[in-house]
Amino acid sequence: MADIAHADGHHDVHESTGIDNRKLGMWVFLSSEFMFFGALISNYMLFKGRDYSAFVPAGQSVILPRELYDIPFTSVSSFVLLMSSLTMVLAHDALVSGDQNRTRIWLAATGLLGSVFIGGQVFEFTEFVQQGMTLSTNPAASAFFVLTGFHGAHVFLGILMLLSLYGISRRQGGLTESQGLNVELVGLYWHFVDIIWIVIFTIVYLIP
Amino acid sequence: MATTATPGSRTIFRRPASHTGFWSWITTADHKKIGIMYGYTAFTFFILGGLEALLLRIQLSQPDSAFLSAAEYNAMFTMHGTTMIFLFVMPVSAAFFNYLLPLMIGARDVAFPRMNAVSFWIFLFGGIFLYTSFLFGTTGPPAGGNLAEAASRLGSGPNGGWFGYAPNSGIRFSTGTVMDYWSIGLQILGLASLISSINFIVTVFNMRAKGMKLLRMPVFVWMTTVVAFLLLFSLPIIAVALFMITFDRSFGTLFFDPSMGGDPVLWQHFFWLFGHPEVYILILPAMGIVSEVLPTFSRKPLFGYPAVVFAGAAIGFMGFGVWAHHMFSSGVTPITQAAFGLSTMAIAIPTGIKIFNWIGTVWGGKIKLNTPMLFSIGFVGMFVIGGLSGVTHSIVPADWQQTDTYYIVAHFHYVLFGGAIFGLFSGLYYWFPKLTGRMYSEALGKLHFWVFFIGFNLTFGPMHWLGLNGMVRRTWVYAEETGLGPWNMAVTVGAFIIALGVLVFMANWSWSKRNGPIAPFDPWDARTLEWTMPSPTPEYNFAVNPVVTALDDFWHKKYTEDSDGRPVRRPEATALVAELEEVGLNPPAPIHLPNPSYYPFLVGLGMPMIGYGVIYRGAAWGIPLGIVGALIIVGSFIGWGVEPLEEPHEEHEDHSDEPGTDHGEDA
Repeated sequence: MADIAHADGHHDVHESTGIDNRKLGMWVFLSSEFMFFGALISNYMLFKGRDYSAFVPAGQSVILPRELYDIPFTSVSSFVLLMSSLTMVLAHDALVSGDQNRTRIWLAATGLLGSVFIGGQVFEFTEFVQQGMTLSTNPAASAFFVLTGFHGAHVFLGILMLLSLYGISRRQGGLTESQGLNVELVGLYWHFVDIIWIVIFTIVYLIP
Repeated sequence: MATTATPGSRTIFRRPASHTGFWSWITTADHKKIGIMYGYTAFTFFILGGLEALLLRIQLSQPDSAFLSAAEYNAMFTMHGTTMIFLFVMPVSAAFFNYLLPLMIGARDVAFPRMNAVSFWIFLFGGIFLYTSFLFGTTGPPAGGNLAEAASRLGSGPNGGWFGYAPNSGIRFSTGTVMDYWSIGLQILGLASLISSINFIVTVFNMRAKGMKLLRMPVFVWMTTVVAFLLLFSLPIIAVALFMITFDRSFGTLFFDPSMGGDPVLWQHFFWLFGHPEVYILILPAMGIVSEVLPTFSRKPLFGYPAVVFAGAAIGFMGFGVWAHHMFSSGVTPITQAAFGLSTMAIAIPTGIKIFNWIGTVWGGKIKLNTPMLFSIGFVGMFVIGGLSGVTHSIVPADWQQTDTYYIVAHFHYVLFGGAIFGLFSGLYYWFPKLTGRMYSEALGKLHFWVFFIGFNLTFGPMHWLGLNGMVRRTWVYAEETGLGPWNMAVTVGAFIIALGVLVFMANWSWSKRNGPIAPFDPWDARTLEWTMPSPTPEYNFAVNPVVTALDDFWHKKYTEDSDGRPVRRPEATALVAELEEVGLNPPAPIHLPNPSYYPFLVGLGMPMIGYGVIYRGAAWGIPLGIVGALIIVGSFIGWGVEPLEEPHEEHEDHSDEPGTDHGEDA
């Protein structure tokens, strides 16, 4: 159990579970993130079905997020995000087979697909605001923007991490073994963000 | 020797290299130094929170007092609660975790040493940010309230209670900035705790010494683990709630505004879904400390070790299922009330198991009544009182009567002061020799205990009947006709006696730290791994990585049992301790430690800048300040990413059977 890797000098790894510290740390962090999005999603669920007609001036109608969704458009951007998980896997795969060049290409591709998704979200938000739904329209609208906004912020952070890996790899001409683990960690994070989006897309957009 | 590293020049800053003096503290990644800084910072906030409590008590000592204005009273009780919970009990527990966790499981550091430093700096700057509300915050006139005049500086702290109930904390009723300081300050503090909880979980699961199986870990480590999981799963909930209140106040969302269809009770659900696990986050570390102190000074193993561990874990699980008992009077349905009343009764069972086990531990032991033991016994006694008054809250009709009275105040001070703080002081005395290398004054320590014990009961005992007689919380005056004056005066006297006890403790600490007798290697004839190393703990912790073969391994190396089960000291024990001391001071092989770094400090520094940026986004400098803060944080992480945990060092002779550090590269 504890005596796995005592062979080589001072860079031995001595992890009781056999999982690298950083990887275990990422899993632990992601379990916390599930609670974060769980709270945001239940918040939206609570507010989405309520009746807000008493809170708008007489004669005006309540604008709810679900009336404005453009399902085909969001489906396409969801597809783009899901494909970015594939390119993330390809980046990791390329690194495992030692092809630094291909790793960089797939990292960049992942970041690009993520940016397309963010772009789609910016477009969608702008569109909604133009149709009269803002943060302050009603609590359901607030919950929608905050939930999807925090998801977008997570994607954005992921893109920053991907770009950093790409930059380091460019500068050094490749990633070292230890930095290589970072590709796996960013990958874990990225897949998590994608999975959360599948949940959000299903619950928020598809289920009426 | 301990560390042989050449400062690198690969990053923005030259790598800090000092091991003593001011900069060594700013840049340290050593879990012991971080623990000490946590301890001193938390104690400073303890003094502030205590002074706030004294002001409250002076105000309440007589009917119709005009010592504090209503606004000042609101700020004082809010900041007293917020400080004691988020800036004292949580971080001082974190101080114990930091200092002791690696020692108790036989590790040289935590899993992520620099992340550990980040937690501390974020906590420190978050606490400072919260308190700057007294300098810069504004209360503003609420809609229809009676606080129209501008509050004094003393009244310009956050004023919505430590649970910041909506809609009172919303922009409609708190038009100034003080609740922004509160919501953003707590957000920052929560981030610090989240990072450290991840760190501790990975440390416990990955960094244990050879043979340290999970069920051979000291109970304190187990309680740390449960607390870390509680933090991990409850902090994201309060983070969402705090984001929601911040967005409500700053960016126009409507979550908690009932006049726009928002739901203020939702805040209560979110807050207590975090808040009830939080009370176990506060009490479990003290329970862990007591579970170490009682066996040591009873010279018996902990009675029913697995039961104590599983009871702790059970409390952790059930802690997520009782939150609505804080809300019985908030209009929740009868079914909800019945369900949460039952779960509240049920959670008393694992706590009762622990009490039973502690009594079983002391029962028939060879008890040594020194200061840590007194505090631990005090803990058990006071916690039983607080626990029993807690069970009365599970009776819904009785709770309706008790809600928002001083009965509740009495209850949670019995569990959090009589419980958590007595336990924490027990730990401070118990590990004082390991921390400083000197012994504290036993006479002053015992004086501290008795002053505390008397002052504590005089302060919080009468609050039970004050509350049952109708004295309500969070109200700054009461009429003379209520007849509550005399007992309130007694309470105030008790509060000042507690303050006297704190002074005795401070005198003892600062004197003994320099002038106390030199502490022996193992002053308590103790049971756990931290006592197998020299006092004070060397920078590298263990000169030789320990190997563990049993629960309470050190004890079993020193003692065997006679036919009646009494401990008998092994003849070779004295030689063993002498050898451990010799080896502990002279490590046989070079040991590599994480190098210091500037980046954790800078990450902490950036956090309040973002906070100010959000609050003062209307001012010309607000948003730029926030952006600078964000850039500092991002830049620090990038600098951190290219800075290895250890600088490359020259190769030493082969020491493959005594490996050095146990860290990954980019912790």
